[in-house]
Amino acid sequence: MSVMRVEGYNAFYGRSQALRDFSIELRGGEVLCLLGRNGAGKTTALKAIMGTVKPASGALWLDDVNLFGRPAEEIPRAGIGYVPQGRRLFSELTVWENLEIGLLTREQGRDGLDYALELFPVLKERMKQRSGTLSGGEQTMLAMARAMCITPSVIMLDEPTEGLMPSAIAGIRDAVMKLRDSGVAVLLVEQRVDAVLPIADRVAFMDHGEIKAEFPIDEVRENTALLHQYVGVGH
Amino acid sequence: MDIVPYLLLATLEGLVQASVLMLTALGLSLVFGVMRVVNVSHGEFFMLGAVAAWVCANLIPGPPYVPFIAALLIAPVFVGALAWAADWAILKRINYNPEATIVSTIGLMYIIQQMTLITFGPDAQAVDAPFYYTVRFPWFGYSGYKFFIIAVAFVLVGGLLYLLRHSKVGLFMRATQFDKETAQNFGIPVTKVYSGVFAVGAMLAAIGGVLVVPSQQAHYLMGHDPLLLSFVVVIVGGLGSIPGTIAAAILIGMSDGLLSVFFSPTLAKIFSTLLVALVLVFRPQGLFGKAGR
Repeated sequence: MSVMRVEGYNAFYGRSQALRDFSIELRGGEVLCLLGRNGAGKTTALKAIMGTVKPASGALWLDDVNLFGRPAEEIPRAGIGYVPQGRRLFSELTVWENLEIGLLTREQGRDGLDYALELFPVLKERMKQRSGTLSGGEQTMLAMARAMCITPSVIMLDEPTEGLMPSAIAGIRDAVMKLRDSGVAVLLVEQRVDAVLPIADRVAFMDHGEIKAEFPIDEVRENTALLHQYVGVGH
Repeated sequence: MDIVPYLLLATLEGLVQASVLMLTALGLSLVFGVMRVVNVSHGEFFMLGAVAAWVCANLIPGPPYVPFIAALLIAPVFVGALAWAADWAILKRINYNPEATIVSTIGLMYIIQQMTLITFGPDAQAVDAPFYYTVRFPWFGYSGYKFFIIAVAFVLVGGLLYLLRHSKVGLFMRATQFDKETAQNFGIPVTKVYSGVFAVGAMLAAIGGVLVVPSQQAHYLMGHDPLLLSFVVVIVGGLGSIPGTIAAAILIGMSDGLLSVFFSPTLAKIFSTLLVALVLVFRPQGLFGKAGR
């Protein structure tokens, strides 16, 4: 069942069009992966959904409520969690304070926090530590946990494995799969195709600010020429 | 010459100066830290606090402490509301653009000054201290009211620090200060935080104005010195650093007191200006600021 639907988003940076008729649909309990070359507009698409880049036209349906045009702070309150590129933690705040900000977003109790700490138990020992002093892997865990604290129905992750060690990547991948299994719709933006193939259910290819094609993951796995065609990598 | 009484007097004068400076500079630092706005009209909020105290003293009957207490309550509310309105009418419209806010707050400064001049005239107006009590030391007596100023300032600053560290509003303010966009991604109403911070900054300056008026008189141009000294404190302490601002206010205030008593007030001003120059050359991020933030 569709949880979030983005229809015909157009967005501009000055005169340059960053998104062209961008449309995607996310279902509960699935991972949709957005793949594309550098500058394809993937991050802009997520920012436009979050309202920090203002789309000029379109519609954003979340559980049959159109959020288009709402102030940026209302988007997460409606239930869309976001892990931005580079994690963007409040590095001077403690781990607990970062999580508290997530909890205060919707004030829907501690279920999201409890689940996040179940997935990332290492954070329990770091609650009083300044988040900027965590390791890269722990920072990604915290960024995901912070987004999970809002008990989202959709979570969007922008290159969560960027700059991480292989062992940390495996942990993040496991967490994404558990999130999916719990019924959350996951929109995953990645550059690393190898990080995506094991966990995605569908793949959407993006270029020049628009969705060029969308395939079930099995089709992508069977026909790796698609990867070469849309993102310029062999597999 | 027995140096102890001079040292004690200089320390007390320095503490009074530091206390008022701490309030005024904290307002400026808070506004810059969270909003990245250099508020050139900040000294006028200080002046309006002093003028409000004079108005209360003239309109509210009773012993001097009655209008004074009223001024301590009314002035920050009035000035805070004015700052809130200025934020809504001006700063929000120019999207808090750093350069544009400097120009617009210069304009706001002149508007407030000239409105005050037109309404209350050019003369300096004296206001009675709320109480007269002298604390006796072996060498001299010292105004009890000045101890009251120190106490009020430290209680307010302590309260503000507690609020910043332990309240939801404080957490939102700190999050907005570190990363506005991510704060929005977690439902923090950044523009409301900005409005609130601008109002709170103005309220702190207004309270400083009320506290200082029994010893300085209210005048439409009295906002200049506190503004300049606040800039000195904020630069020395580190732009946007609250602990840095408090430490620098105490440093500048105390040095001002000591140098004024032992040498001359002019030398005190030279020292603070020199300190700013040295900080800008050798530690541009300020004594407590972080480089490259």
